[in-house]
Amino acid sequence: MGGYGDVQLLREDGLRLDGRKVDEMREVKVEAGILPAADGSAWVQHGLNVAVCAVYGPMEAHPRKIQRQDRAVIDVRYNMAPFSTSDRIRPGFNRRSREISKVTAEALESVVLVERFPRSKIRVEIEILAAEAGTRCVGITAAAVALADAGIPMKDLIVGVASGKIEDTVVLDLDKAEDNYGQADLPMGILPTTGEIAFLQMDGDLSVEEYNTCVEYNMKAAKEIHELMVDALKRRYMEKNGGEA
Amino acid sequence: MGWRVAQHGDKEMSGAKEGAELRLVTPGEAIGASSGVRAGTGTLIMGDNIIATKVGWVKENNGVTSVDPISSAYMPRSGDLVIGIVESVRNNLWFGDVNGPFNGLLPMSLAPWKVEFGAARQHMDIGDIMLARVQEVDEAHNIVLTMKGVGLRRLKEGIMSEISMNHISRLRGENDSTLRELKEVSDCRIIVAENGRVWIDGDSEGISFMRTVLELVRNDGHKATFSESLDSLIKERRNA
Repeated sequence: MGGYGDVQLLREDGLRLDGRKVDEMREVKVEAGILPAADGSAWVQHGLNVAVCAVYGPMEAHPRKIQRQDRAVIDVRYNMAPFSTSDRIRPGFNRRSREISKVTAEALESVVLVERFPRSKIRVEIEILAAEAGTRCVGITAAAVALADAGIPMKDLIVGVASGKIEDTVVLDLDKAEDNYGQADLPMGILPTTGEIAFLQMDGDLSVEEYNTCVEYNMKAAKEIHELMVDALKRRYMEKNGGEA
Repeated sequence: MGWRVAQHGDKEMSGAKEGAELRLVTPGEAIGASSGVRAGTGTLIMGDNIIATKVGWVKENNGVTSVDPISSAYMPRSGDLVIGIVESVRNNLWFGDVNGPFNGLLPMSLAPWKVEFGAARQHMDIGDIMLARVQEVDEAHNIVLTMKGVGLRRLKEGIMSEISMNHISRLRGENDSTLRELKEVSDCRIIVAENGRVWIDGDSEGISFMRTVLELVRNDGHKATFSESLDSLIKERRNA
């Protein structure tokens, strides 16, 4: 047994508390182009997480000191709505959202062809409406779809996905209890067509074998989510009756 | 923007391969092998494959594979006819919003008037609309505009509207045929600029008709049924 205290995260039958298998993901839904004012937008539901992302630009980078003469900068603002968790979150930027904004921007910079837009800025606004562990991954997935929807050139659609360890067992896609009382968490940003990793964080300890299993689970899940993202983008343009967006 | 529907399996409306089935791709999707073909706009060569970098329809023309993006921002190129809105005025130059990532700069020397230093505002003030041409775009995206040229002027009357970049060709038609017909039917002066802005001037009925047409372009411009819908609108107007 590992983890904290006596919280039991795996049932007698080997399934997790919400009935998922160890390598089973929560349900994911993706929609593209939901905000009329934005150049590109997306809505992603991952289990009980809900993220909305809006992309604006490319536009002139302001303030001028952030401009890069040879490429665009990606300005990410990750924010959790005050009502997204059971404890009210004080509105505004905090240490955690600043960190997530930074790592998300770095992950996106590795897929967006930033050198096409010198001196510009691409503004990515990620709003978490409901949170249940793994919001940074959901934010990255939403941002990728919104960027594609905005017509920003990219090498690939980056997918955010996480694995972790509970009770000495590697599991895919931690939910809230598993995240809070588990032993480790490994969120990743994966480029599904090439299998490259553009973003990786680790909270807790994993052995090499456990890490490899996590990567394997994440890769598999990334491919599944990628299909949903592609489907959302294509569906938007192939609807029979379309409608206003 | 309200134009997001195309049906998969729609036949390509213009282009080299008549009747070829359209293929919608997303960023990272492999379009085909890279050998023997050149990568056009919206694509990238990665190893042995050509991959798409945008959401759009695959187009192959003369050995060049490209992706016709479904949504894209206006990227100014020199020679483009643009409609700009004056954003700020200095003593000897104007900055105009040309619907692109950067403002265009119109220096006094390229304005159609003889302007004295400090008197730029008397000719064109913030919020005024200008018809200009892109003189130069450098690698850092600095845009220089010019208003020296036939027909380039400050637009004082009429209305201005916007359509998305990929609908410009639909509004113009082949060799501007659709645009010419619309001008004749609406009895309006119409300018469709390269940056997706449209200027219309005429009597109120003509302008109102053109507003309906632009609405149709925005909603249905990418559909195969667009031409039919437009034809019926034109017919209705002719019979009225």
